[in-house]
This record gives sequence, C-alpha cells and structure tokens, in this order.
Amino acid sequence: MSLSIDQVRKVARLARLELSGPDLARMQQQLSAILDYIELLNKLNTDGVEPLAHPLPVQNVFRPDEEAPSLPPDAALQNAPNRVGDYFGVPAVFSDEPVSH
Amino acid sequence: MSLFEKTATELLALQAEGKASAVEVADAFLAAYSAREPKLKSFMLSPDPDAVRRRAAEIDAKRKSGRPLGKLAGVPVAVKDVLCTKGVRTTCSSKILEHFVPPYDAHVVERLAAEDAVIFGKTNMDEFAMGSSTENSAYHLTRNPWDTERIPGGSSGGSAACVAGCQAPVSLGTDTGGSIRQPAALCGIVGMKPTYGRVSRYGLVAFASSLDQIGPFAHDTRDCALMMEAIAGHDDRDSTSVNRPAPEYTKTVDQPVKGLKIGVPREFFGQGLDAEIEGAVRQALKEYEKLGATLVDVSLPHSPYALAAYYIVAPAEASSNLARYDGMHYGHRTTEKGDLIATYSKSRAEGFGKEVQRRIILGTYVLSSGYKDAYYVKALKVRRLVKKDFDDAFEKCDVVMGPTTPSAAFKAGEKSDDPLALYLSDVYTVSCNLAGLPGMSIPCGFTKSGLPIGLQLLGAPFSEEQLFRIARMYESVTDWHTKRPKV
Repeated sequence: MSLSIDQVRKVARLARLELSGPDLARMQQQLSAILDYIELLNKLNTDGVEPLAHPLPVQNVFRPDEEAPSLPPDAALQNAPNRVGDYFGVPAVFSDEPVSH
Repeated sequence: MSLFEKTATELLALQAEGKASAVEVADAFLAAYSAREPKLKSFMLSPDPDAVRRRAAEIDAKRKSGRPLGKLAGVPVAVKDVLCTKGVRTTCSSKILEHFVPPYDAHVVERLAAEDAVIFGKTNMDEFAMGSSTENSAYHLTRNPWDTERIPGGSSGGSAACVAGCQAPVSLGTDTGGSIRQPAALCGIVGMKPTYGRVSRYGLVAFASSLDQIGPFAHDTRDCALMMEAIAGHDDRDSTSVNRPAPEYTKTVDQPVKGLKIGVPREFFGQGLDAEIEGAVRQALKEYEKLGATLVDVSLPHSPYALAAYYIVAPAEASSNLARYDGMHYGHRTTEKGDLIATYSKSRAEGFGKEVQRRIILGTYVLSSGYKDAYYVKALKVRRLVKKDFDDAFEKCDVVMGPTTPSAAFKAGEKSDDPLALYLSDVYTVSCNLAGLPGMSIPCGFTKSGLPIGLQLLGAPFSEEQLFRIARMYESVTDWHTKRPKV
C-alpha cells in the first residue's frame, strides 16, 4: 500500500514533526515500502483471535498512599531549556490569532 | 592472556587471591580502552579515568577492611547510553538528549553499584535503540572488533563491541527486537535478553515498553549468569517488574541438563539463511546430540509474520513514548521563535534523526483513526498467535534453538539507505520479544572470512536458569567463547 505525500504530511503534523519537501518525499517512498511488506499480515486469517497487547498477564499494582521524598525542584529543573525561577519557561499556549491544526 | 582479555569471573578470582587489585584491573581496562577506542569507537561517553580509579580504590579499601564485598567487586561494567546515570550525561545517542543529565540512576545502575561494580563509560547505540547496526547513532559509527570495516550489529552495538574488543569485561544493553542477541552474535560474544519483567526497566529510556528488556553482554555464559544475578529481581518502581525471587544463576550454571530436548523450528532454516551460518548452527546441534540431547522437530508457523507484526507494534509504542520529547522540560528546544505547536514540531525535527522520525511517523500512522484496526489491532492478534506457537513448542521441548541472525556482520554503509533490508536482519530475534520470552545468543563458530556466528537459544518464560545451564553445556565442549580478536 502506498501513502500519498498529503497523507505523510498529515501524519507528520499529528506526530508534531516538521518535515521539509525532500524529507516528505523520501519518507513517502520508504514508508510505502515498509507498508507493502506489512501487507503480508493480511494473508493471515485472524478472525476470533484476541489481540495481545502485553506478553505477560499484567494487572494494576497498588501501593499505600504514603509520603515519600520526591525530586527537589533544582534537580527537576536542571535540564530545563528555559528555567524561569522555579518554573519551566514555555512559549505562550494561547495566542490572539486563531490556530490552524 | 592479558588482564583485559579475562572474564569477570577470572578477574574476581584474581582479586580474591590477592594477585591483582581493583585498581590494577581498572588500569588495564583504561589502557585497553585508550589503545582501541580510536579503531572501535564503542563508547558514546568515555569512562572517566579519575572516577574509575577512585571507585576501584574504594573497592580495594573495602576488601582490605574485611567488609563483605558485592558479587561484581572491582569488575568494570560498561553501560548502554539509554540507561540513566545520575549526574552523568545520558544521550541515547540522540541530538535531542545531547545535554541531558539524569537526576537519578536506573535500577540496574543502582544494582551494579550495590554489587561493587565499577561503572565504566556509556556505550554508543542506534539512536533511541532503533536500528540493527549502530549506524543510526547521531554521533559516530562503532566498528566490529573482528573486522573494523563492518558494523557490530545493533542497537546495543557499542556494548557488544567493547566486550568483544576487550575494552570492558562485561556490559549492559537493551533488547526490544534483538538488540542484545544480534550484536552479541555478530561480535562473537554471549548476550541475554531476559524474560519480560525479570529486570526492572526503571530509568531505562523507553522505546517500546511492552518489548524492552535490559540484559548483559559477556565473553561466556558464566559471566552472563553473574551479571543477571546482579540485575534481576523485583523493583516496585516498574509496575511490570515481576515479584518473584531471582535465582542465584551462578550456583547452577555448571550443572548440565539431563535428557535435554531441543526444539529445532523448521521456519528458522528457510530461505534467506546464509549457508555458512546454517552449517555452524547444525554443527552446534550435533554437539548437543553428542552430549545426550535429543533434537525435536517443532514448528513456529506464525514466525514468518512476526517481523511485520513487530514493525507495527514497536513503532506504535515508540510514537507514543517519544511524544514526551517536546523541548519543554528537558532536551533540545529550537531557538526559532514560534507558537507552541511550531516549537514542538521544530524542536523534534531538529533533535530526532531520520530513522527515529521514520518510526514515529509509521507508529503514528498505524495508530491513527481509520487505520488502527487494520494495522495495530491486526498486529496484536498476530502477536497472540506468535506467543501460542511458542507455548505449543515448549510442550515438546525444553529449549528452541536456531541461528541468531540470517547472515554475519555486514559492511558499514551497505544497508543504510534501505530501512527494510536492515529490518530483515531481525527476522529470527523479534518473536522472542513479542512473546516476552528469555533468549540468548552464544558464539558457535566463524565464517571462512573470520566473522563470528551466533547460536540462539529461546526458553519458556522465567527459564533463564535452565538456559544458562544449556548454554554452558556447549561451552564445556567448545572453545569459541575463549577467542579474542586482534584489534
């Protein structure tokens, strides 16, 4: 199955990756080859098979709600690209302009 | 044999007998590291000589004082740069984490420290563990110690190359689709991917959370068992960590398994398998027969589909895990001005390499509305069938054996423009991760041109102890594991 450039552009936008024109074209070609290979799965009848998301049976693990030491602010902020006091500095989330997605 | 060519077990014995100190051991490996690193480039972050010697001196002092010593006292251990080390950069060989300094240690790193190991540098890898040749490192290529024109395998290529090349006696890697077993095979050493849940993933930078496991590289099975003894066990900071006791693997490793039944899956010996690899693996199976084992014909009928299922499940989980790299709390943030979405998209495009971008997009696509059932859910159904194949096989045998890889190490650059060709080198290793099983690769010969060949052993969940015993049986009658390359 092949993907169109528009499909790749749309998925890249969903994945929050800004791709240039040549990158989009290469990605389209390589992803189409991979999807062609993956088509192999359609030869297999999986009617009535339960999906398996996890190799071992997993269940919720609970612990008592007890106070414990957590990361001190300086340690939590040590890798911040933009530290503003005891906060992470980020671009404005809301702008006056309508945002297109 | 020089000190740096010895196994961890031998180094422990020398120290216990007073024939070498931890500082002498550290110096031997620091010298081997310096001499060989320009050729091999196994490391992402070189071992800090002062920190290594200081740590070794602490172990020597502890020994002198008569205090009890850990299982890895004075043994240098190299660590894949996907495992968090407090105060020491952890990059995942990615530009997006170039300056990232974790505020805590991974569980396995804590375990190594508790067993008095000497942490010996961070090893190079495919970016975020995505790759099979270590060529996807954003920084440099790592070379195969047996032929420096060739790749060491991946994604834990640096961890394999540094042990094969005797820059460290043992190391840690991670295996999501073969990233320990495949480089172990291509570099002629022993590697184990434990049962899912056997080793805590706390502090392991996530790639595909339902597949990832941490495991050791070593020259031989005894050392591999020793490393597993140090890192296996429950940790409540990883909710998938299994709460059952970890055996003392070194206590039983030398006990052969009587009446051993080896399952030989016909699907692992089909088209695409190099004749020299097949020859060496068949010869290894004959050795086991001489040791009293019985070969049983088994079938894993869904294994031809495992790789396709893997390349849906792994990128899907990766696209979700890697959404956290948005340039807000840590990691690279673009210097270009823009709104929030533009800042995310620009930072990620600048920080992630091509293969990581490819997998994020593939994963996002197979999870996207309208395609999820056709791809992701379909792959999960195949995953159940792959697991059931193994459940059925283990009714008839104790272990499944076959080749680890379809061919020996290839030349650097040979497959770098063709992602699909590279994915195919994982064809024998991915089903083990889909099914959550333990798996090993042990050296079983060389090609005519002198490249190592690996024998893969797959066991039922939590059968690590038995896998070690089975692997050791082969080592007791062969000497492949004692070979060291001339670097």
